[in-house]
Amino acid sequence: MSTTNHIGKPTSRVDGPAKVTGTARYAAEYAVPDLTYGWVISSPIAKGKITKIHADEVLALPGVLQVFSHENVPSLAWFDRSYKDQVAPGGSPFRPLHDNEIKFSQQPVALVVAENFELARYAASLLRIEYEQEKHETSLETKREDGFEPGRGKTGYMPPPPPRGNPDKAWEEAPHRMEAEYVHGAQHHNPMELFATTAEWRGEGKITAYDKTQGVYNVQQYLTKIFGLKKDDCRVVNEYMGGGFGSGLRPQYSVFLAVMAALELKRSVRLTLTRQQMFSFGHRPHTLQYLKLATNADGTLAALQHHALHETSRFEDYTENVVNWSGMLYQCDNVKLGYQLAKLDVYTPLDMRAPGAATGSIGLEIAMDEMAYEAGLDPLEFRLRNYAERDQNQDKPFSSKKLRECYHQGAAKFGWDKRTQAPGSMRDKDGKLIGWGIGGGVWDATQQKSAAKASITADGHLTVSSAAGENGTGTYTIMTQIAAETLGLPIEAVTFKLGDTDLPEAPLQGGSWTAASVGTAVKNTCEALGEKLLKLAQKLDDSPLKGAKLEDVEFVNGQIRLRSDASQAVVLRDVLQASGETKVEADSSAMPNMLKQQQYSLHSHNIVFAEVKVDEELGTVHVTRVVNAVAAGRILNLKTARSQVLGSVVWGISMALMEETVMDHKFGRYMNHNYAEYHVPVNADIHDIDVLFVEEEDDIVNPLGVKGIGEVGMLGVAAAITNAVFHATGKRVRDLPVMIDKLL
Amino acid sequence: MTQQPTNSAARAGGVAAPPPTGPVRLTINGQQHTLQLAPWTTLLDALREYLHLTGTKKGCDHGQCGACTVLVDGKRINSCLTLAVMHEDEDITTIEGLGTPETLHPLQQAFVDHDAFQCGYCTPGQICSAQGLLNEGRAHTEAEIREHMSGNVCRCGAYVGILNAVKEVVDRKSSEHRS
Repeated sequence: MSTTNHIGKPTSRVDGPAKVTGTARYAAEYAVPDLTYGWVISSPIAKGKITKIHADEVLALPGVLQVFSHENVPSLAWFDRSYKDQVAPGGSPFRPLHDNEIKFSQQPVALVVAENFELARYAASLLRIEYEQEKHETSLETKREDGFEPGRGKTGYMPPPPPRGNPDKAWEEAPHRMEAEYVHGAQHHNPMELFATTAEWRGEGKITAYDKTQGVYNVQQYLTKIFGLKKDDCRVVNEYMGGGFGSGLRPQYSVFLAVMAALELKRSVRLTLTRQQMFSFGHRPHTLQYLKLATNADGTLAALQHHALHETSRFEDYTENVVNWSGMLYQCDNVKLGYQLAKLDVYTPLDMRAPGAATGSIGLEIAMDEMAYEAGLDPLEFRLRNYAERDQNQDKPFSSKKLRECYHQGAAKFGWDKRTQAPGSMRDKDGKLIGWGIGGGVWDATQQKSAAKASITADGHLTVSSAAGENGTGTYTIMTQIAAETLGLPIEAVTFKLGDTDLPEAPLQGGSWTAASVGTAVKNTCEALGEKLLKLAQKLDDSPLKGAKLEDVEFVNGQIRLRSDASQAVVLRDVLQASGETKVEADSSAMPNMLKQQQYSLHSHNIVFAEVKVDEELGTVHVTRVVNAVAAGRILNLKTARSQVLGSVVWGISMALMEETVMDHKFGRYMNHNYAEYHVPVNADIHDIDVLFVEEEDDIVNPLGVKGIGEVGMLGVAAAITNAVFHATGKRVRDLPVMIDKLL
Repeated sequence: MTQQPTNSAARAGGVAAPPPTGPVRLTINGQQHTLQLAPWTTLLDALREYLHLTGTKKGCDHGQCGACTVLVDGKRINSCLTLAVMHEDEDITTIEGLGTPETLHPLQQAFVDHDAFQCGYCTPGQICSAQGLLNEGRAHTEAEIREHMSGNVCRCGAYVGILNAVKEVVDRKSSEHRS
């Protein structure tokens, strides 16, 4: 519709000034009158029953308003389906304070509400609760034989495709073979912002929940069903989210408890979880992966098998796509993929950044490295020989796939040709071992149904809104850019609003689909507004646009002008003022074009080159250099997209070298449930990271040509680093994270 | 089993009423406030819950993440690890005291320019910490900045941008000193 003025540019975040000055408001920061404070008490046992709660002792304290537990929780929705949110897996969702049964360690068992924060915390410290303990099972290792294949259940889960060819026979007969098991422990999202809800009591049963969530509509639906509220009486707001990474996809117990308490007490309630309690809900599951690869004499893959087993809770079957990627990333005619779950006395796992693919790419990409060495091939050359031109899982062509360009451009940038293949063959000037490794992956490019609204006022200011989320992804900025570009306005003349159920519905902020989904809705809505503006412009006396159709004009520099003759233009502001309207509005929505899309496999790809330096005597590993080459369609904002990939690399470094939630099976509890012992990288751990976006045009995925960038960048990072550690030391670590003791 | 209260007074068999609140005088961003606080109110909670200065963030409440970093007489501290009552007659500077969206502090501007954040939740703490670092005058090289900014966790992983933003201001300051 107009020339590119904004899309693709490295525009600074429009919400940047609010974030750097502390004026951006997060869920626990809304000042509401007459506020009370809640404090959650968590179960110390992993399985059993609550036998007594000595609430009376605490209620005697002046200023303590209530102790909520299963003993006095109000009567709520009866059926499981009322508790199922948009991404609930199959099974029976956890109901906070529902009965006296304990299903996992740190389960919320009571909520103390008091007049102020200090008193709520103090009162909670006094509460005595008696339990009857039962034997729990929390070890995946003991459940190897108890795996089962889950049903479809959860949105987005695809069971592995059926086997193709004859993988067992092909493996037996091939000249080069490998098989190995790969393991990583549980991981917790740990966004910086604690889960919190400020539930504002608006009188007469009306609630506004300022909640930490990646989907305000998902939370609204959850609350209205459980508490029997009308949608109009239950507004959910999230203007800023201090990191999500998937933790806010499902409504968490904090919002349930805060809203329940507010409705019962008819007071506003603020509830913030502690960092310890951030380990009491979803996590990336502890996963065992088994891979079996074989290669022909010419370096082509002869057989590939990938099987995964991970934990889930007793009450829900959490699923993610771990192994499917292995059937489509490389060309191979003999493939068998398997995926199983095992039930433990833990909380249900939860999608965590690149769920499934981050896990699967560890197994596949370390196995590919092992296979390359077995076959005597350079790991990059090995991948090039097995390049998949077609998605063999679905037997469809890719809508676009520039992974080969990622390989070449990434290798050139990194200097891969200077690598010597033998482990331990490269050292720096200080004598430290140098290792270079690669790893990559593939991620879905999806689009979900979204709606948006646009309104332009007489002064020429455009406000566009959709209830999307902003958790650091840059949503405010890219939507502003799309709107500004579509209607030819400067960035400053556009405001984008999000995160509020009073706005048109947007999907959950996840799956890397916001740019494609909400972005397309914003584009369509602005185009609809443009059409209205054109009609108004044609009503002007002597309008040079008379008779012009929408496709005959363009919106540039605050004007509508003829494409064929740029001098034939009208100023938008003049149109608005002459119209006599105070504002002109339009709303629209966007759906994926299924007919067009279903003929293709829609995916983004990447490859990561990593350099590590290893101190032989100390076993310490430093990731000194990373190049991440990504093919993810059109990049809307080079600055924010680069930041997403930089962050993904940090996540990958963390996964490779630091991150693991360690379970003490005696107590059935995660032991390192704090920021000091749950290790994530700090500034000193991060060195040079280079991000390359390979040009990739795609008019099939969606009208914007974007594939999403929040997850693909994380794929293969942990494998690349682990492979680099092998290259440096000759030690093949298959149990992540790679810690010092595994190298000494 | 019985979940023992975490409070030792209660373990001894009684439920004691909390000690009374008292007035606490605080000077924040040049402005004087007198708050009525329980004596164990942390400086962080006093800022966030009593003064609505929510720019200072709570990420762990244990001094492990740095999101609550503020400046006390120019020195950076974790405001979650200290009680409000300990800071009477000291000058406390929070992110709100450094700049506003209309008039950004040079560090705030550098953070925007270098995209030194994503979700923004650790950002006020990072910026206060960087100001503390500038006041200390001991970080000059990239390695030194990385090391001395390592008390502030950024889960989004914006460390490359944080380094570049802080480096830009450090370099500018040292060139001003030279000239």
